[in-house]
Amino acid sequence: MRLKTLTRIALASTIVLSMGIGMANAQTLNWARAGDSITLDPHAQNEGPTTALQHQISEALIVRDMTGKAVPALATEWGPSESDPNVWSFKLREGVKFHDGAEFDSEDVVFSFNRAMSEESNFKELLASVKEVRANGKYGFEIVTDGPNPLMASNLTNLFIMDKDWAEANGATKVQDVEGGEDTFASRNANGTGPYILVSREPDAKTVLRINENYWGIDEFPMEIKEIVYTPIQNQATRVAALLSGDVDFIQDVPVQDLARVGETDGLKVITAPQNRVIFFGMNQGDADLETDNVDGKNPFADLRVRQAVNMAINREAIKKIVMRDQSVPAGMISPPFVNGWTAELDAVPENNVEKAQGLMNDAGYGDGFSIRLNCPNDRYINDEAICQAAVGMLAKIGINVQLEALPKAQHFPLIGGLKTDFYMLGWGVPTYDSEYIFNFLVHTKGEKYGSWNGVRFSDPELDMKIQGLASETDLDKRNQTIADIWAVVQKEQLYIPIHHQVLNWGMSDKVDTIVSPEDTPMFKYFKLGS
Amino acid sequence: MLAFAIRRMFQSIIVLLVVGLVAFSMFNFVGDPVDSMLGQERTDADVERVRIQLGLDQPFPVQYYKFLQGAVKGNFGISYRQGRPVSQIIAERLPATLELAFVSAVLAIIFGVALGIFTAIRRNGWAANTIMSLSLIGVSLPTFLIGILLIYIFAVELGWLSSFGRGDVVDLGWWRTGFLTKSGLLAIILPAITLGLYQMTLIMRIVRAEMLEVLRTDYIKFARARGLSKRAVNFGHALKNTMVPVITVTGMQIGSIIAFAIITETVFQWPGVGLLFINAIRFVDIPIMAAYLMLISVMFVSINLIVDLLYFAIDPRLRLDKTKG
Repeated sequence: MRLKTLTRIALASTIVLSMGIGMANAQTLNWARAGDSITLDPHAQNEGPTTALQHQISEALIVRDMTGKAVPALATEWGPSESDPNVWSFKLREGVKFHDGAEFDSEDVVFSFNRAMSEESNFKELLASVKEVRANGKYGFEIVTDGPNPLMASNLTNLFIMDKDWAEANGATKVQDVEGGEDTFASRNANGTGPYILVSREPDAKTVLRINENYWGIDEFPMEIKEIVYTPIQNQATRVAALLSGDVDFIQDVPVQDLARVGETDGLKVITAPQNRVIFFGMNQGDADLETDNVDGKNPFADLRVRQAVNMAINREAIKKIVMRDQSVPAGMISPPFVNGWTAELDAVPENNVEKAQGLMNDAGYGDGFSIRLNCPNDRYINDEAICQAAVGMLAKIGINVQLEALPKAQHFPLIGGLKTDFYMLGWGVPTYDSEYIFNFLVHTKGEKYGSWNGVRFSDPELDMKIQGLASETDLDKRNQTIADIWAVVQKEQLYIPIHHQVLNWGMSDKVDTIVSPEDTPMFKYFKLGS
Repeated sequence: MLAFAIRRMFQSIIVLLVVGLVAFSMFNFVGDPVDSMLGQERTDADVERVRIQLGLDQPFPVQYYKFLQGAVKGNFGISYRQGRPVSQIIAERLPATLELAFVSAVLAIIFGVALGIFTAIRRNGWAANTIMSLSLIGVSLPTFLIGILLIYIFAVELGWLSSFGRGDVVDLGWWRTGFLTKSGLLAIILPAITLGLYQMTLIMRIVRAEMLEVLRTDYIKFARARGLSKRAVNFGHALKNTMVPVITVTGMQIGSIIAFAIITETVFQWPGVGLLFINAIRFVDIPIMAAYLMLISVMFVSINLIVDLLYFAIDPRLRLDKTKG
């Protein structure tokens, strides 16, 4: 009898307990994606999953909302100073507190910028034109550049602000220095001003965040999610299974082959939007002879007609339909659609015409074709290797015999940087939403500061001058004209072979209400939860 | 005995050094960590600076020598990916792998021995035949497929168990365990089965074969003739004599359970050292890769060493053979 009573009590309390858990779960979002954040140090890594997690905890002066638009965060107003075009001034938000209760002011901003400009920072390139940063009163902040910089604001959307006193008290004033062997406090702890507070973190396993009740925007944004449990799940099949079984509510990367399965499951949905990333091929057109082809003493890619023939031989619609299962937007230029300088005309899908392409090959003297090696990553972009395989078949039709070499990204990208490939695949995202970023890295002659990803060996000193001039041109109309001029050269010279714009597929439970951010960065403060 | 032990230990150290050397010569082919460390916005000057700072511009024997210099002092360097001391990261991850390996080994031994005996005694029964046929699956299907299959059946279709991860863990300060929470215990079931299935079938087949062998021997016939109960014959006499080879094989398999955990951990997102190693390869995190490979080889070498020393203690013939050495 007594035992029975005990059992009953135990049973009852279990039920009550599980109900309690159930209620808490209603406002918890279980979030998964393939990769984990690498570090919590806000200035150590400028990389997708790392900044995505940091955006929940910390804030920048200006951030991009879910549509990609730059909106106020820790700064309420900003613009170039009227008296001096080399100075940008910011008005900071008042009354903001860090998670530990410390007050936010201009001192923290100056500290964070100096930290982000230090040698070990991954963000220093974005601030390369900055000469000095200074406070202007408690809630004023100024950036002095070495020349007028009309686009300063768009470089700051991932530049997180830390608390100066917290960093000093914990010995985290320097950016996590992997090479130097330092284990900084900031790589495992975080103290931001953002909508969510870090509760616990086990790298590669689980990160828990809870709502910041003192957030300055608590009434301004939906803030319906009270707790976020973030788990990286690398294996595609496991990730999908976790969503199907209800273990997670939201996955950021649904594999294209599982889209239908997820979309057809009751209680789940997939939402799609173009990503800020374009996929293309590059060809070495600068060298006199190529190592990886079978033509002696000549470089077939140096001939514009060969590059045009390659462009014409690629059937982008077929790649979209068959390789990408309709999850891509065929492209005609190497810029994502949201970027300043993009136009529908430039991005029009190039004609696919094998006969005409063969004609161009004949004119160039390669009527019998040639052979070349194509380098491709196999773990970086959506279906990267399969796209290359498709291209091999398409190029065979105009006599180009392609040997495909698909490698993991850790081996593929050094080939481009080290100029060890003559024909390669690359994808490019534009965080500043301006063409200058593309030109700096992909079009400018390769050198110490510029052109680090220019693997096509294109070099035009006149164009280089124009590209460098963009940084300080304050007349926006004139600047846009220069951008259009540069694009005209890029297109005319067929510098690259654009393939498509990637499409993001977010899979989630029906109760989650959001749109897809082109940056692939969910800002959970905007998320709504249905019942 | 002492001379033998010292000689074997000396040989073990040479094996370790060679493993390290081979590992370091391979790292050049895994890729370049600098690209993943610096991100998209790096300039060529940055790449050069970091390469020199990390010593990647040095030939691999020099890199290896520097690694050994640190390793003898217990310093395995700093992970390129996480920016924290490697020894600390591995110490954090090891409990997950060891718990998983422990549960799979226990499952493999219990079910392996039990089913082995069963199939040996009921040699021609339909149940034994079914088990034998099913056991082929355990040997022939690759681990990742079994893992995914189990996830789809038990997590997606039936919804009984969780599809990934370790559940809730309790931090004991020096050891993070999943054994103390309900979700932790439920979470270990699927990965442990996936990891232990191959070993289970192996043990089962060895036990069965050995049992069949022993059951044919004269002393079993005599035991039966004496009118001993079936139970006493099968378990008291036959089983005892089959266990020696089983113990040897099981001991050797424990090493491979830990090493093969890489695949199971990836499928189940199990936060152990195997998953750490896979991520290290993707990122070309050389310090983690080096430490992991050294850890695994130390483990294999010490298991071998212990086994050798045990043989020496057990088998008198080894002791007599002093002159040959």
